[in-house]
Amino acid sequence: MWTFGVAAALLLAAAALAFFALRQNANLFYTPEVLAEKGLPTPGKDVKVGGWVEPGSLTYPGDGSEMVFTIIDNSPDTITVSFTGIAPDLFREGQGVVAIGSFDASGKFTARQVLAKHDENYQPRELRPLGAGPDQNAS
Amino acid sequence: MIELGHLAAFLALAASLAQGVLGLMGVRALAGRAALVALGVMTLSFLTLVVAFARSDFSLALVANNSHTLKPMLYKVAGAWGNHEGSMALWCLVTLGFGGAGALWMRTGRDVFEARTLGVQGWLATGALSYLLFASSPYLRLDPAPLQGAGLNPILQDPALAFHPPMLYLGYVGFSFVFALAAAGLMEARIDRVWAREARRWALAAFIPLTLGIALGSYWAYYELGWGGWWFWDPVENASLMPWLIGAALLHSVAVTEKRGNFAAWTALLAVLAFLFSVMGAFLVRSGVLTSVHAFAVDPKRGMVLLTGLVVYGTFALGLFALRAPKLEGGKPWQMLSREGALAVNNVVLVVAALTVLLGTLFPLMAEAAGRTISVGEPYFRLTFVPMLAALLAILPVVQVWSWGKADLSMLWKWAAGGVALVAVFMALGVGLWDIPLGAAFGLALGVWLLFGSVWELRRRAVTWGRVFKMPLRVWGMTLAHIGLGVFVIGAVVETTQRYEATLALPAGGSGTVAGWNITLEDVRAIEGPNWYADKADITARRGSAKAEMAPTKRYYPAARMPTTETAIHKTGTGDLYVALGDRRDVDGETRWVFRVYFNPLIDLVYLGVLLMGLGAFFSLLPRGRIKTAV
Repeated sequence: MWTFGVAAALLLAAAALAFFALRQNANLFYTPEVLAEKGLPTPGKDVKVGGWVEPGSLTYPGDGSEMVFTIIDNSPDTITVSFTGIAPDLFREGQGVVAIGSFDASGKFTARQVLAKHDENYQPRELRPLGAGPDQNAS
Repeated sequence: MIELGHLAAFLALAASLAQGVLGLMGVRALAGRAALVALGVMTLSFLTLVVAFARSDFSLALVANNSHTLKPMLYKVAGAWGNHEGSMALWCLVTLGFGGAGALWMRTGRDVFEARTLGVQGWLATGALSYLLFASSPYLRLDPAPLQGAGLNPILQDPALAFHPPMLYLGYVGFSFVFALAAAGLMEARIDRVWAREARRWALAAFIPLTLGIALGSYWAYYELGWGGWWFWDPVENASLMPWLIGAALLHSVAVTEKRGNFAAWTALLAVLAFLFSVMGAFLVRSGVLTSVHAFAVDPKRGMVLLTGLVVYGTFALGLFALRAPKLEGGKPWQMLSREGALAVNNVVLVVAALTVLLGTLFPLMAEAAGRTISVGEPYFRLTFVPMLAALLAILPVVQVWSWGKADLSMLWKWAAGGVALVAVFMALGVGLWDIPLGAAFGLALGVWLLFGSVWELRRRAVTWGRVFKMPLRVWGMTLAHIGLGVFVIGAVVETTQRYEATLALPAGGSGTVAGWNITLEDVRAIEGPNWYADKADITARRGSAKAEMAPTKRYYPAARMPTTETAIHKTGTGDLYVALGDRRDVDGETRWVFRVYFNPLIDLVYLGVLLMGLGAFFSLLPRGRIKTAV
């Protein structure tokens, strides 16, 4: 009988822990439109942002290790993303991109990971509702 | 040729059906023969597929869609299972392989039970083969045949990945035989010590390749994705971790059933769950319902078929379990503080850990159904999975000295004091000397504690050091597996908390410093391979008198119109210096190349630890028939 007691206690503890962890760490997904609607999340909290890389927005402000670009969607709003690291193999201006990281108080997004398409056919899942991007005819 | 293979697959289906019917009727000899026939013809069928790939026979749709004449031979052959249809053919072959092996090597002396096991396995094979032949046939021709194929996804063209799917499938599908054993045992409501001895061997036979398969996949991700890490809590990784955790729980539980006759119902349940989690893993990976860095060969419609299979298998086995579990006989009496009690806690923690992984993996799906887009990443798993496992590992050295039935607690306080002292020393060292976070110091202490505990337990059983090598292989297996766990924990803790990473943007001739290493970019050259061309950076890394030439490369595969990252790794003895080449950037009119440089300390211990766990499981499988059993 006691095994069931221990098992039940452990399960409860695990469920509570998991619930707490999910509340803290489930990353919400922001497109520029969603961000304008809901407002800035807590600065420093891990979130995901996504949309298309605005054509012509990509710059390298420092020695080249940092890249800064703007994410757009079908709304007039934008998100500015800074990322220090290697761009994914299929990162292009005009194409879909998802970035994981956090906002600062001024609304600038610092990414610690940037995901683009895996191959020519794959779009990140979160971006499917956005439909075709601006460069779909270009390639 | 391929028509012969197609026909052979139909023959395999017929033989499996016969195996299923004859087996459930209790005819051991004929069911066994049917299993061997099915295995024989399916092997032939699979070989025709492999030959078609090796010869680049583009009149076969599967080859045309997934191969290319310029691919190296290894990847032509491995391409046979590097796609959805081919991997399902492999799944069928392995299912029949375990059926055939079971027909030859089951040793329980219970004809009806063995026949029923083969029967259930026959029905599992029938399901898999029907799915292969009627929903995802690899045998379809193209007319007219194209002159050239579309190529295999370039990131899959890698030696580790050529062998990763077969290993993983041996594990996943190996649990199908454990599932069949459990179903047959439940049918006659006899999950006893004889059953457990048999089931344990097959569970080990599945667990070993599953362990190695996961390690191969992780190693591939480490050097091919160019992200420096070895585990990303990606859904596809989690899909393989869950059956592994259930399998680990099963191995501990089945040992109790074998030695004492206890935990019969629980062991049977785990035996069923291990396979159900494997099928669910296949469903998650193949249906594309989850976003993954590893996802390939995704098809939502086929996902539905797999989901149906999962529901059918689950309903059958869990229904059978509900009917028969109350009739199972218990074993010898035991108290809470005993080896049985300790292993019960082990099992509960491992299963709950698997469930937290399941929750973290499926939560984004549930949120999506509720209209929200959410992802669950590493922090969730670090908060839930890691502390649970840490607690389990912390008590392992203390409770493994407990005997069956009732523990002798006279040593308990010494062990507890020793453990607390060790942790305190590491905490002090970590904060005072090594300058690492407290959690990392605790993790390190845990790893050392496990190493010490495992070796000490071996010596305790052998009584003197001199007799250590006379201990049975099975005891050595357990010791090695637990040592492997300790080695893994040390490697994982150090690598995760002490990894150093930086981004450099260098012009030719430029240099930068990372983790004490001076990195100089000599030049970037264009080179060409059989089915790709590439930019190759020549880098000289220097630290003191140490010097390494490194050549991180970025390949481009024209057939798939896709680039891949080939990282350069320099082993230093204390860790890997790891360089990935990124994109070319024009900064103020100057051409610069971006590099991601990592120092991954003790990363080899992560893989060594997992290999030791696999080796330990292998040792445990070896001594057949040496354990006395009352029949």
